[in-house]
Amino acid sequence: MTDKEQYKVHTEPYYQAQGKEVELYEAAYRNRLPVMVKGPTGCGKSRFVEYMAWKLNKPLITVACNEDMTASDLVGRYLLEANGTRWLDGPLTVAARIGAICYLDEIVEARQDTTVVIHPLTDHRRTLPLDKKGELIHAHPDFQLVISYNPGYQSLMKDLKQSTKQRFTAFDFDYPDATLETTILARETGLDATIAGKLVKIGQTARNLKGHGLDEGISTRLLVYAATLIKDGVDPLDACRMALVRPITDDADIRETLDHAIDATFA
Amino acid sequence: MIEVPMTETETEYQHPLMKAYWAILDTRFKPVEDVFEDVMAEALAILTREGIHQYLEAARVIGKLGRGVEPMLAFLEEWPSVAKVVGEPALPQVMGFVMKMQKSPNGKAITPFLQTLAPVARRLHANTQCRHYLSVAEDLMERTTGSIHGHHTTFPSPGLPDFFAQAPFLLSQLSLEGLKNWVDYGIRNYRTHPERQKDYFTVQSADSRAVLQRERHGTLFMDVERKLDLYLRGLWQDAQQLVPYSTAFDELRKPVPYYDKLGMRIPDVYDDVTVGCAVRTEAAAHGAPCETQHVSGLDRYRATLAHMVGHRRWTQPLIADNWSPFQRMAVEFFEDCRIETLLCREYPGLKRIFLALHPKPVEDACNPETTSCLRHRMAMLSRALLDPEHGYQDTDLLTFTERFHTLLAEGESNTRDIATLALSYVAKTRRQSDQYARVHFTDTVVDYRDDNRQMWIFIEESDDEEMFEKEKKREPGEEVKGLPPRHYPEWDYKSLTYRPDWVSVYEALHPKGNPADIDKLLEKHAALAKRLKRILDLLKPQDKVRIRYQEEGSELDLDVAIRSLIDFKGGANPDPRINMSHRTDGRNIAVMLLLDLSESLNEKAGGSEQTILELSQEAVSLLAWAVEQLGDPFAIAGFHSNTRHDVRYLHIKGFGEQWGDEAKGRLAAMQARYSTRMGAAMRHAAHYLEARPADKKLMLILTDGQPSDIDTNDDQLLIEDTRQAVKELDRDGIFTYCISLDPNADEYVSGIFGRQYTVIDNIQRLPEKLPELFLALTK
Repeated sequence: MTDKEQYKVHTEPYYQAQGKEVELYEAAYRNRLPVMVKGPTGCGKSRFVEYMAWKLNKPLITVACNEDMTASDLVGRYLLEANGTRWLDGPLTVAARIGAICYLDEIVEARQDTTVVIHPLTDHRRTLPLDKKGELIHAHPDFQLVISYNPGYQSLMKDLKQSTKQRFTAFDFDYPDATLETTILARETGLDATIAGKLVKIGQTARNLKGHGLDEGISTRLLVYAATLIKDGVDPLDACRMALVRPITDDADIRETLDHAIDATFA
Repeated sequence: MIEVPMTETETEYQHPLMKAYWAILDTRFKPVEDVFEDVMAEALAILTREGIHQYLEAARVIGKLGRGVEPMLAFLEEWPSVAKVVGEPALPQVMGFVMKMQKSPNGKAITPFLQTLAPVARRLHANTQCRHYLSVAEDLMERTTGSIHGHHTTFPSPGLPDFFAQAPFLLSQLSLEGLKNWVDYGIRNYRTHPERQKDYFTVQSADSRAVLQRERHGTLFMDVERKLDLYLRGLWQDAQQLVPYSTAFDELRKPVPYYDKLGMRIPDVYDDVTVGCAVRTEAAAHGAPCETQHVSGLDRYRATLAHMVGHRRWTQPLIADNWSPFQRMAVEFFEDCRIETLLCREYPGLKRIFLALHPKPVEDACNPETTSCLRHRMAMLSRALLDPEHGYQDTDLLTFTERFHTLLAEGESNTRDIATLALSYVAKTRRQSDQYARVHFTDTVVDYRDDNRQMWIFIEESDDEEMFEKEKKREPGEEVKGLPPRHYPEWDYKSLTYRPDWVSVYEALHPKGNPADIDKLLEKHAALAKRLKRILDLLKPQDKVRIRYQEEGSELDLDVAIRSLIDFKGGANPDPRINMSHRTDGRNIAVMLLLDLSESLNEKAGGSEQTILELSQEAVSLLAWAVEQLGDPFAIAGFHSNTRHDVRYLHIKGFGEQWGDEAKGRLAAMQARYSTRMGAAMRHAAHYLEARPADKKLMLILTDGQPSDIDTNDDQLLIEDTRQAVKELDRDGIFTYCISLDPNADEYVSGIFGRQYTVIDNIQRLPEKLPELFLALTK
């Protein structure tokens, strides 16, 4: 039997609720409903799931999805050995067996035919057929499936099937509002609240430019990076340029505008 | 020309030195005598002893040129102030140039040259600069004098006198380098056209102004437009239309930024400014370090926009009718300061820019006994409200600064409260002298602020002079015919610059004919179509392709895996490449076929009964059919030109259209006439192609000759322009390919298209060649 403890979250991750999402998640978990977390990159989706796993004291198995991932990467596969073959459980199977929360991060990155394997686990059946092995796993009573995706780069190619979408309850996350985000920065990095407020202001400047040359605004995660650098003694102007502007754009006009916003805010 | 016979007695001067000077001048012009004493007084104050003699000698020479009194008068009056700026040693060059003009047929230009020399010199600052100016003028003179209709130097340069007349204005807008480019452009394009040359050098014609605009110094609006858009959107969440107004041509009254429901009006250019601290301030008096502040043109734009955004956010309009102009002005100043304070709360960094741009009036610069100090007082107050280190001592000013800050300390305040404060300020500080006609203007203009027209509501029509723009109504019956032309630049290879907005392209749908004709043509080539079909099937995209023998792949390839397992069990080295994966293989090409529809297409093809046009029709129908089979997005357009003012671009098939009766009908009606101005048509076609989302973009150009037009004498010009267009397209990710039907094309076509061309000698085989070529290109 796999060691459950290694998947547990042992120390409390810092998470600042934006609304009622913690209570709602708990309700969903009580009834073992599958959950979908949507929101732009770096707004705290993964942190939320981690926090809930800690709060519920359940193991958490995270899978970062990618384009090359196949169904067998989730479910498991046969490996060749010197005198035959051996079956190796995939992360989804492990989670179903031990009763963990299985978190499929950025699910749209996986190919659509791959995501279909989760279907039987997400409705009343709560089973996972391993057809290659000829086994039908009944999910552990504690098992729950959580997926996340970023609707930002939704393209024709990268969207969830309706049949997948309609198996989940969903949370829609967004960047927290200015005061909340300031609290988060200050709490996460120990930075002075005034400077944190200025960082948030720059973040919002960039979010205003979304769709006008920027695909995504500056995420809370990047703001935390900048705050960390400033806390470490880096000059705020340099820290902002390095952590906030340079990563998100190569467009000279946008860069100059954001640089100006930094100068104007930190004067 | 005024010549007055004079008597001996009139030349008597009291002072012996004056008498000697007059003798050197050796002239009998009465008007010179009238002003002689005055100009000498000025000259003696400025010029050295040596300089005086040279000055008089030069004036004598000019007087003897036989051009009347005016050049001499102009010289006598202008030279001392010129010498003051560029130095006396410049005289030989100036005289040299005058003599050159005298020897050429351009003697008439001497007077305007000398008349504007002083204002020009003030812009030039130094002797070397002056030399450059003279060489630009000399270049203009030599290249535009004379050879109209092949005559020798007998005609004066048409543009030269106008150029001298405009020179001070030009130099206020352009650097010397810019002036040189501007002059150069005029000479190149209008050397052989005296009337247009005059228009150009008097800054009347459209392209004269366009080139002037391009060469101006400072930060041009068109260069920073996107940055300003982003600035508004990003920092202020505002998305107003920005409309530039020209600052070049209104000398009398400079327009001021403003906004209305159509957008924000801002100047088309801002120069960088460097603000020193020449002003005595309290801080400087106490020995505080005084830094010069540099504000870039871009930052000036930002300040202007931020100020307007502030009004849009925080200003509530007031009813103006019951207030005097002075009261309104005070309210405006107070309100401007309120919103600027709020803006700086939002972005503290703005303060530096505002303070650097805001004038800093000296406290006692204005004398209230003789002058109206209204503006001066308001500007000082405005400074004090923004700048805590203003250092002014006036008690009223200090009280109201205090009251202003108390008002704003509690929050944003509002326009009404601020107006109340402003009105009590007016009541407190009013002076009799505010009515005086002499107004103190120095250091009172805050040029980044708008004119506040949105702040006031007039219930009755105002009798103020600043009336708002009346809305233009379109007259009934005045309908828009066709699409307005699009303007494209043209490349001038001699100067390596673009001629701005040189070519006008009109686009339209090609008239329709009978689609059945095209079907008949296709039937005729049925056998060829069958052959093509086989190639097409091979090219058709098959979306998923399996890649076998992969060490890492998406799936186990069972056949290979078992084979290698057997190898393994048998003791041999197993093949580890037992996986396979998939790759998607889709065509994603957008194709634009551009047809040259010039007159020469009506000729019969060599050894055939058909015209080139008919053969092209057949070829294009086959190609269209083939591309339709493949499913690539495809458009067809034709073009011909009749001078640069009339390039026609005719749509035959659009990207969104099916290859159906509509498109076939237009192809069937295809007609050939006029000439081939290829570059403009390519640029226009490219803008459609650019909008396509495809990975690969291909522009096929079917032509039967070299680019040419009836309004260009130089064959090379349009060839080079087309070559430049190919380069532009290449830069934008469009692959151009030329199919030339001109047997002599080898001479020029590789120069234009590099290696991306085919010459089809046997035009009769065009119908089969064209689709084959396309397929080969896109395989």
